[in-house]
Amino acid sequence: MASGIRDKVALLGMGCSRFGERWNDNAEALMLEAFSEALDDAGIEKRQIDAAWFATAIEEQHVGKSGIPLAMALRLPLIPVTRVENYCASGSEAFRGAVYAVASGACDVALALGVEKLKDTGYGGLPQRSRGAVNDMYWSNLSAPGAFAQLATAYQAKHGVAREDLKRAMAHVSVKSHANGAKNPKAHLRKAIDEDRALNAPMIADPLGLFDCCGVSDGAACAIVTTPDIARGLGRTDLVTVKALQLSVSNGTESQHNSWDGSHFMTTRVASARAYEEAGISNPREAIGLTEVHDCFSVTELVTMEDLHLSPEGGAIKDVMDGVFDAEGALPCQIDGGLKCFGHPIGASGLRMLYEIYLQMQGRAGDRQRSTEPAFGLTHNLGGFPHQNVCSVVIVGQEGA
Amino acid sequence: MAVGIHAFGGYLPRRRLSRQVVVEANAWFAPALKGLGRGERAIANWDEDPVTMAVEACRDALGLLDRSTLGALWLASTTLPFEDRQNAGIVAEALGLDSTVRTLDIAGSQRAGTSALLTAIDAVAGGAGPVLVAAAEKRRTRVASPLELTSGDGAAALLVGEGDGGAVVLGAATETADFVDHYRGQHQDFDYVWEERWIRDEGYQKLVPVAVERALSAAGVGAADIQHFCFPTSTTRVAAALARRLGLSDGSVRDNLQVSCGETGVAHPLVMLVHVLQQADEGDLILVTGFGQGGDAVVLRVGASLADRQPVRGIEGSLAAGVSDTNYQRYLAINDLITIERGLRAEVDKQTGLTTLYRNRAMLLGFIGGRCRACGTPQYPASGACVNPDCGATGPQDRYPFADRSAHLNSHTSDRLTYSPDPPAYYGMVQFEGGGRAMIDFTDVDPGATLEVGAPMRMVFRVKDYDPMRGFRRYFWKATPASPSAPAEE
Repeated sequence: MASGIRDKVALLGMGCSRFGERWNDNAEALMLEAFSEALDDAGIEKRQIDAAWFATAIEEQHVGKSGIPLAMALRLPLIPVTRVENYCASGSEAFRGAVYAVASGACDVALALGVEKLKDTGYGGLPQRSRGAVNDMYWSNLSAPGAFAQLATAYQAKHGVAREDLKRAMAHVSVKSHANGAKNPKAHLRKAIDEDRALNAPMIADPLGLFDCCGVSDGAACAIVTTPDIARGLGRTDLVTVKALQLSVSNGTESQHNSWDGSHFMTTRVASARAYEEAGISNPREAIGLTEVHDCFSVTELVTMEDLHLSPEGGAIKDVMDGVFDAEGALPCQIDGGLKCFGHPIGASGLRMLYEIYLQMQGRAGDRQRSTEPAFGLTHNLGGFPHQNVCSVVIVGQEGA
Repeated sequence: MAVGIHAFGGYLPRRRLSRQVVVEANAWFAPALKGLGRGERAIANWDEDPVTMAVEACRDALGLLDRSTLGALWLASTTLPFEDRQNAGIVAEALGLDSTVRTLDIAGSQRAGTSALLTAIDAVAGGAGPVLVAAAEKRRTRVASPLELTSGDGAAALLVGEGDGGAVVLGAATETADFVDHYRGQHQDFDYVWEERWIRDEGYQKLVPVAVERALSAAGVGAADIQHFCFPTSTTRVAAALARRLGLSDGSVRDNLQVSCGETGVAHPLVMLVHVLQQADEGDLILVTGFGQGGDAVVLRVGASLADRQPVRGIEGSLAAGVSDTNYQRYLAINDLITIERGLRAEVDKQTGLTTLYRNRAMLLGFIGGRCRACGTPQYPASGACVNPDCGATGPQDRYPFADRSAHLNSHTSDRLTYSPDPPAYYGMVQFEGGGRAMIDFTDVDPGATLEVGAPMRMVFRVKDYDPMRGFRRYFWKATPASPSAPAEE
């Protein structure tokens, strides 16, 4: 019987580059920026790292394939580097690799680093590219906003919600993230907006307007992990440890079987339930103090609150409008601005989320710092589309919590 | 042996471009076009071509008939998308026909539609088995040309078989002459057209009567007995003059559909015939002619069973389903008659792996999925492992066609970010009655239309992507809001 990952691995150091339109920086510079911060934070030498996991999703757009770009950018001493790609869950996937390596005893110290350099396409939004030779021949001509917009139509139909009410809740989600991003010096988008601006923005994919969509950014983030014992041996106290690492991947049920109604994420429900069990959490709404979820679109965040079992099914609109997930609310979501405003360099995003929770747990989050440091924090990535996706749920927490 | 029309169908694209708008836009340059400004013309959507329109006409003709008995499928057009890849073969795959069917493209003249019909009549009489004759046309015309105004896009299909069918063939004839009223040479986009008066006096008035008189004679029918005279040119006056010259009654001259649809080229005689067959009574005599390097004529007599062989849509249904369109600029853009800024997202390479296409042709062209032999769950695409979470059985699945099944919307969007030649791109999850679903593109969504979850949809065969770099195009199925005249479904 597997015992799970709980408390077997500790975060030793983390780093995150400034996200945004880094016109004058190559991916290598972003990697080095994040890594230097993490190495300082960890208080170790580069040669103490035993192995590395490297996440990028759209490598054709910047560094190309394999683990070599990371090894070269950081001049790693010929250690194993594994490149991982799992859509927008790539960063969390790299973290999983590093954590599992330490937990297995194969490594004492491991590195997970994610990077994406997306602003070299010549246009806004994600790069338009092939989905695979066969897929290109029958998949709809879908963009990310178009795929996630359908959550809204299906959610409205299922719960009998008026379009205006859903739009208003979606606007609240975005207004909140902009307010949070304004307080974050590393965030891509740092201007607050009001509800009217969100509601009146140009339509991207109905019903998602411009402000319902996250930024597409350049950036890198990284984590250095080790065992709790080694961390203590390095003089660290008040450890932040990994409580759960879960991944759930669509097998075609949503896209090909009529049992899914399109209004929620099957994978998120499964991954989060498994994560709570692994972390020993029975009442997530009470236990979790902070969440960083995959708010690629406002409606994703809203629906995800239900799929993470934080809001009752059909109850997310009320919780959002009640301010539960605002920075001052009971269960803040995207207190760093989220994908929406911190930005979304795909391979880095999962690690960026952990970075914020790690800072908050240590009281190092500056203007954004919660008055009470959370005992448990949850990160969530959703790669792909509602009907076909990779979902990661990671829970970290104070050691012993 | 008696040979007749056993089934028939038609298809006109949904949009009808206002001629007045075209005339006004071009009045600064060609004020003489004003005389052609009446009515509307059918225009293909950006994802339609003669192949896709032929598929729709054939589906309309075949309805729920058993397709396995078809002996041949012929496709007539002068605007076929492929010069060397059999276009009829694409239609056959889309219709899910047996691989024993004999397919053939017939082209090269505006007479190709009637010539295909006449040849099919002979082939059936010779024992070829039922021949499905499809004709389709989408002419590329110059801006501010008379053809731009008088042409229409459309298709028709006739199932020619042994026995009287709904209308029995009484006689047919052809007159051949290398009369070049217009031509389109190799590597030319547009027709080169000679003087209209010459075409009228020396072409229509001299070549057609020869064929008609021989056909009437072969049929043993007097000109005055004809109830329906189909003369597929854009000017009504020519047909009336021809009728007088031939001794046909004034009332026999059929509406050439110029006001409502335009002249659909090679398809037009068949389009007009299908239109007649939707309105004719038992015993009516029909004379259909075709013109182009001579003339064809065929005489048919309507039988008692015509009423039982009516298509769901036909040309009448197509005419009724038309929506007026005043957006001339869009028409010019989707036909590449102006150079529009498509944006960087349009630059994605659309190369098609021909091995990939061939291996998956039933899935892609036929829209055929699989049904699990263990639990019976239909799924698209077919898979070696059943998608039903409660089953998961591995092994071969039974062939399961989706194209004609009832479907409804599960979720949808209209997307202005993704590149589409006709934004916004509409797509969503379409769910089939009895099982199976697909996240699929939509087409022919009217501007301003509101889609609703649960709305009925039907599937149509369309161009999915163009690959201008290589001159290829790939086809797939799309969903469109099901209209009241949607084909009957299981």
